[in-house]
Amino acid sequence: MAATKRDIIDKLQEQILSLQGFKPVGDGPAMDFGLGEISISFPGKVFPLAAIHEFLSTNLEDAAASGGFISALLSTLMQKGGLCLWISTQRKIFPPSLITFGLSPERIIFIDLANERDVLWASEEALKCESLAAVVSELDEISFAQSRRLQLVIEKSRVTSFIIRKNAEKLSSTLAAARWKISALPSGAIDGMPGLGFPKWNVELLKVKNGLPGNWTIEYCGGSFNIVRETVIENREIRKAV
Amino acid sequence: MMQKRYMSIWFSTLLTDWIRIKRPALKALPLVFSDKAANRMVITAVSREAALLGIHQGMPLADARAIVPGLEVIENQCHKSEKLLKAIGEWCIRYAPLVSIEEDQGLILDISGCAHLWGGEREYLREIVNRLRGLGYNVRAAISDTMGTAWAVSRYGKITPIVKSGEELNALLSLPPMSLRLSPLASQKLIKLGLKTVGSFISMPRSVLRRRIGEESMERIEQVLGQKDERFTPITVPQVYSARLESMEPIRTRKGIELAIEKLLTQICAHLEKDGMGLRSAQLQSYRIDGKMIRTEIGTNSPSAHISHLFKLFSLKIDQIEPKMGIELFTMEAVKVEPLDPRQEALWLAEKGMEDQKVTELLDRLAGKVGLQAIQRYLPQPHHWPERSIKKVDSLREGLSMPWRTDRLRPVQLLKIPEPVQVSAPIPDYPPMLFRYQGITHQVKKADGPERIEREWWLEEGEHRDYYQLEDAEGKRYWLFRSGHYSSEKTSGWFIHGFFA
Repeated sequence: MAATKRDIIDKLQEQILSLQGFKPVGDGPAMDFGLGEISISFPGKVFPLAAIHEFLSTNLEDAAASGGFISALLSTLMQKGGLCLWISTQRKIFPPSLITFGLSPERIIFIDLANERDVLWASEEALKCESLAAVVSELDEISFAQSRRLQLVIEKSRVTSFIIRKNAEKLSSTLAAARWKISALPSGAIDGMPGLGFPKWNVELLKVKNGLPGNWTIEYCGGSFNIVRETVIENREIRKAV
Repeated sequence: MMQKRYMSIWFSTLLTDWIRIKRPALKALPLVFSDKAANRMVITAVSREAALLGIHQGMPLADARAIVPGLEVIENQCHKSEKLLKAIGEWCIRYAPLVSIEEDQGLILDISGCAHLWGGEREYLREIVNRLRGLGYNVRAAISDTMGTAWAVSRYGKITPIVKSGEELNALLSLPPMSLRLSPLASQKLIKLGLKTVGSFISMPRSVLRRRIGEESMERIEQVLGQKDERFTPITVPQVYSARLESMEPIRTRKGIELAIEKLLTQICAHLEKDGMGLRSAQLQSYRIDGKMIRTEIGTNSPSAHISHLFKLFSLKIDQIEPKMGIELFTMEAVKVEPLDPRQEALWLAEKGMEDQKVTELLDRLAGKVGLQAIQRYLPQPHHWPERSIKKVDSLREGLSMPWRTDRLRPVQLLKIPEPVQVSAPIPDYPPMLFRYQGITHQVKKADGPERIEREWWLEEGEHRDYYQLEDAEGKRYWLFRSGHYSSEKTSGWFIHGFFA
C-alpha cells in the first residue's frame, strides 16, 4: 500500500514538473556526479544538465573553492571525452591544480579576453557548439536578458554552462537553473596528523529551479564528494518557490 | 597550346609623372631628377618639357642648370622607380594575372586569354592606356606574340600598337636597331655601318651578324623573333589555390561582398577538396575602383575546406572592407594549405574528442574576432618553478609528453605576479603565525611546508622560494612563500602566490 502511494506521489511530482515547464534530459542514463544527498534537491533528483549554473564568488578564496567544485563536476561531465572552454578576463585559474579534482587540464581551452562584452559574446558562441562538454564563463555581472540569450542557445545545443559571478553585490535575477555559493571551511585533520586536511566547503544551493535549495558541508577527498553534514534550512517550503 | 600574347607598357617619364601626381604645382614646368653618380650630380629622369629644352638622361646637373636656369630638380629619389613600377604592376593584376617588370621603365603583362574579357585586344589596350593616362602617367603600350616585339613597338612603333601573330618581323622592319634591346655598343656599331633599320640587317646570315654584334645580341634578336624563349618573372607568383572574380558593376553593398566571397570560396574549396587539402590561411584582395586595394586575411586552427565555415570567418571581417566608390575585382588565394586527413571527418562524428571539427571551427571564429593570442591551451613542462611548470600550446592535437604532476598540491587560483604580504613567523623555517594581505589579518591555524623550489639558475638568477600552505581560522587556504634564506640581519620577503580550493 505504502509503495503504491509512493508511486502515485512520484508520478504526480513528475506531472507537476512537466507543468512547470521542466523537461528531463532525454538522452541516456542520468550522469552521477557523486553529489549524494544534494541530488535530492534537484528536479527529478538529477543534476540539471544543459542549463546555466551560477556560482557566486566575490573574493579570490571563494573563486578558488568554486573553481575546485566546478572542476570536480567537470571531471564527471567530461568522462566520455570532450573539451571544455573556460572564458574569462584576468584569469587566475592555474591549470595544473585542476588535476587534483580529476580534470585533465589539457582538455580545457582557456579564452582570455579583454572585456566583459567579449566574454558574453564568446560564451554565447561557445554554447552554440554542441560538441563541447561544458562552458565556464567568469563574469562580473549578467543581466536577465543576457542570461536568457544564453539559455536560448543552450536549449538548442544542450551544453551545460557554468557562470562564475565575481560581483555578487549587484545580484540580478537570471534564468539560471541553480545558484550556488561555495566557500571554504576549516579542514579536518587527516588521521589526527597536523597540517592541512582535505578541502572542505560550505556548499549553498541558494536557488534551484523546480527543486529545493539547501546547505551542505562537503569534503572533497580522493576524487569524490563526502557529505559531512546537512544544514537544515528553516521554512524550506517557502524557499522552494523560485 | 594557346598562343602567348604579351603586352608591354612603357612609362616614358615615370618618375616625373609620379612627382607631378603628388605635387600638382610642378605641372608643365621643366623637371628633372638627379642622383649622385661618381661624385657628381647626374640627371636620372627628365620630364617631357625638360627634354624639349635639350636636357637628357646622364647629363651632369650643372650642365642642365646652365641650359635651363629655372630647372626644378628633385634630388636622390631615383630609387623610387622600381617601387613605383611594382606598385603599378600590382595594380595591373586586375587586367592580367601575370605581370613582370621589364628593363627601361616598363611593365610586361602576359595577357594570353585575357583580352577577350574586355571585348578584344584593341579595347583592352585602350582601356589600360586610358586608365593609366587618367592617373597622370605618360604611357605607350603594344601587344605582340613575343615580349621583345611588344617592347620594341611600345617604344619605337609608329603605326599600330597591336602586332598580329606571326607578323613580328614585319612590324620590326622599319624600326631602329635599338628596338631589339641590343646593347648600346652593338646598336651604335650597326648604325655606324649604315644599318639604320632592323630590316636592313635582319636577313643577313647569322654567322656574319654574330661576328659584328656578339653572341648576346644575337640571342636578343632570336628572342624578339620568338625563335628563343625568354624568361618571364612575374612580380607576384599566382597561388596555386586562387580564384578571381570580376564584377560587371562596382560592388558597394555588404550583400555583394558576401556573394563574391562565397563564390570565390566555392571555387577554391572545390579545388582544395579535389586535392585533399585544407586551408590554414587565406587572403582576400578587394580592388577598389579608385585604385586602392584592401587585403583581408583569415586563419584557421586546423586545415579546413568547409565553405560555410570559411565564409563565417570572412564575414567577421567584412566590416573592414570599405567599398567607397565600389569594388571591381576580388581575388582570393590560399596562403597556407595543409593536407586534410580524410579520416578526421569520421572520427569527429563518432566521439566527442580532441579532433572535433566543430570545436576548431568555433575557435577559428573566436580567433577571428578576439585574436589568436586569446586562446590558450596548456601542457605540463618538466620544471618545478610554478610559472614555468606549464607551457602554452597553440595546437589542439598536441598530446601530453609527460603526465600532470599529482604529488604536489597546487593552488586553483594563482596570482600572475606574487604579491608581498606582511608576516610574523616565530622561528626560522617555521610557517607564519599570521599574515596580513590586502588589509586583512589572517590567523594561521594549520600549515604545511616548507616546500623549497629552487630557481633554475641556468634560466634566471634570483632567490629560491620556500612555499607554505596555510589555512586561516575561516578555513581559507593560501599559498605563501618566503623568498630566499631566513636571515637575522634583514627581514625576509614574504609573498602570497595563490589560493587553494
